[in-house]
Amino acid sequence: MSATHQYHGSGRSGPERLVVIGNGMAAGRMVEELVTKSPGLYDITIFGAEPRVNYDRIMLSPVLSGEKEYDEIIIHDDAWYTTHGVTLLKGRMVTAIDRTAKKLTCEDGFELDYDKLLIATGSSPFVIPVPGAELPEVLTYRDQGDVEKMLTAAAKGGSAVVIGGGLLGLEAAAGLRARGMEVTVLHLMPTLMERQLDPSAGYLLERAVEARDIRVITRANTHEIVAKDGHVSAVRLDDGREIPADLVVMAAGIRPNAWLAKEAGLAVNRGVLVDDGMATDDPDIFAIGECVEHRGVCYGLVAPLYEMAKVLARRLMGDAEAAYNGMAISTKLKVTGIDLFSAGDFAEGEGREEIVLRDPARNVYRRLILEDNRIVGIVLYGDTGDSAWFFQLLKDGSDIAELRDTLIFGPAYAGGSPLDPTAAVAALPDEAEICGCNGVCKGTIVAAISEGGHNSLDAVRAHTKASGSCGTCTGLVEQLLELTLGDGYERDAVQPICGCSELGHDEVRRLIVAQELKSLPAVMQELGWKTSCGCAKCRPALNYYLLATWPGEYEDDYQSRFINERVHANIQKDGTYSVVPRMWGGLTSPDELRAIADVADKFNIPTVKVTGGQRIDLLGVKKEDLPAVWADLNAAGMVSGHAYGKSLRTVKTCVGTDWCRFGTQDSTGLGVELEKFLWGSWTPHKVKLAVSGCPRNCAEATCKDFGVICVDSGYELHFAGAAGMHVKGTEVLCTVASEEEVLEYCGALIQLYREQARYLERIYKWAARVGVDTVREQVVEDHDKRKRLYARFVFSQKFSQSDPWAERVQGRDAHEFKPLAQVSLEDVA
Amino acid sequence: MDMMVSRWIDVGALEDIPRRGARVVKTPAGCIAVFRTEADEVFALDDRCPHKGGPLSQGIVHGRSVTCPLHNWVIDLATGQAKAPDEGRVATVPLRSEGGRLLLDLARMASRAA
Ligand code: SRM
Ligand SMILES: Cc1cc2nc3c(=O)[nH]c(=O)nc-3n(C[C@H](O)[C@H](O)[C@H](O)COP(=O)(O)OP(=O)(O)OC[C@H]3O[C@@H](n4cnc5c(N)ncnc54)[C@H](O)[C@@H]3O)c2cc1C
Ligand code: SF4
Ligand code: FES
Repeated sequence: MSATHQYHGSGRSGPERLVVIGNGMAAGRMVEELVTKSPGLYDITIFGAEPRVNYDRIMLSPVLSGEKEYDEIIIHDDAWYTTHGVTLLKGRMVTAIDRTAKKLTCEDGFELDYDKLLIATGSSPFVIPVPGAELPEVLTYRDQGDVEKMLTAAAKGGSAVVIGGGLLGLEAAAGLRARGMEVTVLHLMPTLMERQLDPSAGYLLERAVEARDIRVITRANTHEIVAKDGHVSAVRLDDGREIPADLVVMAAGIRPNAWLAKEAGLAVNRGVLVDDGMATDDPDIFAIGECVEHRGVCYGLVAPLYEMAKVLARRLMGDAEAAYNGMAISTKLKVTGIDLFSAGDFAEGEGREEIVLRDPARNVYRRLILEDNRIVGIVLYGDTGDSAWFFQLLKDGSDIAELRDTLIFGPAYAGGSPLDPTAAVAALPDEAEICGCNGVCKGTIVAAISEGGHNSLDAVRAHTKASGSCGTCTGLVEQLLELTLGDGYERDAVQPICGCSELGHDEVRRLIVAQELKSLPAVMQELGWKTSCGCAKCRPALNYYLLATWPGEYEDDYQSRFINERVHANIQKDGTYSVVPRMWGGLTSPDELRAIADVADKFNIPTVKVTGGQRIDLLGVKKEDLPAVWADLNAAGMVSGHAYGKSLRTVKTCVGTDWCRFGTQDSTGLGVELEKFLWGSWTPHKVKLAVSGCPRNCAEATCKDFGVICVDSGYELHFAGAAGMHVKGTEVLCTVASEEEVLEYCGALIQLYREQARYLERIYKWAARVGVDTVREQVVEDHDKRKRLYARFVFSQKFSQSDPWAERVQGRDAHEFKPLAQVSLEDVA
Repeated sequence: MDMMVSRWIDVGALEDIPRRGARVVKTPAGCIAVFRTEADEVFALDDRCPHKGGPLSQGIVHGRSVTCPLHNWVIDLATGQAKAPDEGRVATVPLRSEGGRLLLDLARMASRAA
């Protein structure tokens, strides 16, 4: 083939030569505009690196899944180019632009002159640089060539791993699953599509994806792609897990494809910089599509690119006014049966309000973000029928003040009067089903109230089972009570957990178990939270409930913990911290004391104090010093004392039979054993114990959460004492004969407390609320129940007994202990 | 009149701050808390609660607010204003996020230290 195109050479007459690099969606649309509106205005040549015509890239997923054929997604076939006199050079990759000579060079040496040049090179998939990324079965997802390779791989069956749970990754996963492969999606962030969706919608999406038999692993950091005999065999994660794989698809993001422009010396930031007329800093060179950066924004969706294409076509036709001004974009996922939509900016903010509608029964979640009575952000999941209407309001900046009350319900209710919920229930026929779980209809409930005399929610629930399972119809049942009893009914004054929900702590705990809710977004969605990300009151409580209910399964959410529990030290009034190492049962040793003294000297710790809990407190430690302080204490065998936690604090002891002339049992040894058994467990509030060697009670066991008084015949067990804001003597639980029994009863009691109490409720308050006798019944009289509670406690301890200080000395949460930056005067001078 | 000239200083990457968390930038004129919300918005404030000087960087971040770790005042990250019924305001520091990098305007510090 000749190295020079036929038009090459100077002195040529006729129309200006417009040369286009890249035959993708943006370029295709631009050229189409030009040749249909001003045929013959330019002599057009297009270089396309792909060996094919222009096709609808966004429809690759239906081709992958088998819902469409490649032929069906072609936009311009060969005949089209001929008809419109456009030269398409397929399979030709441009490798250099010579701006002085106004000439392009291709990979194969082919050259061509231009008068005006358009760069529309799109973007390139980002391949995460892990070992094994170069293996032949590691693919990206960008063009029809990639789809063909995936189809060949899928034809052999086996397992596919898709890295990246964004739009592309999920479409690839759904397609490969439809082709019969076992598919796992690995996603770095805690929820899917976090760029387009908030965590609530991300949670619903994850469930829907899993319902299609696609495994989803979030917080998954790929470490390596493992090869066997030169072929992919598995993907290994940072935590050591291995997922078998015959095919790996990287869908971890895209980068504007701007290298060509950059090498040509054009202004390039993330993408090729363009003005509102789509011109680069060279007036003869334009750029549109995903390769550009306009006013600081790079786009990854087609709508704005089409707009750019139109603007450029008008400019090239001589309209100097045509301008691209940026635009709001919206996202949909093209996986059949999954309906989601997002648009605009869905961050919360000052002067911003949100309206949230959750319908747990239908898996619907809608959230609108408003500012100055205008919609600025939209997230819809499950029911996206109204997306166009909402999006139009957003794009137009329409004032929605008038619609506000019913806005979230969509256009069907727009402007109508707000529904009166009680009237709506009154209008229901007797056969209408109220409780879907237990199949209870309105008539049955009304009869239970009016004829059966059941006039409280609990009574109706006990009698009819309505609202007894998932609980989402509780509101309806209450409305029926109001309707039937009129003023005679007063709703149980349940104190809501916080302003984000109408449910009380007990109801939330019950539903977490009943509905097997295992993450914060799951709780917030299924229980109809009114905010999108909770608040400082509910988040720590929910985090505890999930941790206590699903040991080993639920991953602690550190950002939902109070600072003390996040950094494992107590914050002081001046912002420094205190450090309290454990002294098991109040025992210490010369070595430990020496290490404490050394640490205090080494780090200039101003105060060393004996606490009220039989151990030593180092006060005034700088936050940055914490890991080093812990490292030294660890080296001397000491671990965190959890003086900061809603967890086991101290087990105070007296000297007992070891030394005391009155001692009846080894109270010190038992105290140490109890502390070693209980430490590390998270509880609704702090838990303190004491063991006294005889009824003289020198360890003050009768004002503790759990206390033991040793007697000649064994051990008298006490619980529900306090000596803080309220002073309360303990209740006697029972007397047991052996140390093993002490551990069993104590473990069972604490587990019962962990499962039943409300967050921030000490044992004495919980026992007073549920009744001291019911606690005794469950822990003492019901042997089976005690054993089961004990077993559950032992199980959960498997996941909690690792020293948090040692973990942080090893480097965990390192960001907590280092400033982000240190700025000196010179830096700003 | 004394004009303040902006002095933008790169203090790190967005990814260096956990979502719903904060990190501290130390300066000779005191600490600045840089917050990152669930929605990846970033804000910078003096790291001193208007109540009794609590380190706001150590609080729980929710929505566009932080709850002070010492006595639970809720501070609006965008304005520095305490939420009712509490009254007070903490100084905000201009912050820009560019290509994943965070830039603080420390002109105020320069003028304060000068
Ligand atoms: C350090 C210590 C005082 C001392 O110098 O001796 C102490 C210090 C604090 N206590 Fe205490 N209590 C300390 C023993 C006690 C005791 C005595 C005991 O444990 O035998 C009590 C009474 C017993 C009890 O808990 O019933 C006690 C009852 C309280 C209370 C009231 C609890 C209640 O429900 O009434 C609070 C407030 C709270 O928890 O909400 C509290 C809260 C606090 C806090 C955490 C206040 C706070 O939120 O910042 C203090 C933090 C200290 C720090 O930063 O290290 N502290 N506190 C003691 C640490 C014991 C340890 O080794 O872990
Ligand atoms: C699987 C998939 C699903 C998608 N789904 C959606 C969706 O649902 N909605 C939506 O809005 N968007 C979607 N997109 C994104 C959309 O396809 C892109 O935004 C759009 O195609 C970008 O257009 P473009 O012209 O900038 O780039 P492209 O369409 O990528 O075109 C660029 C072309 O330039 C060629 N090229 C690059 N360098 C050179 C060179 N040096 N010489 C010659 N040729 C070169 C490339 O081979 C390519 O053909 C999806 C993308 C993919 C991959
Ligand atoms: S008694 Fe009050 S002041 Fe003393 S340590 Fe306990 S909480 Fe602090
Ligand atoms: S110092 Fe912040 S609330 Fe008191």
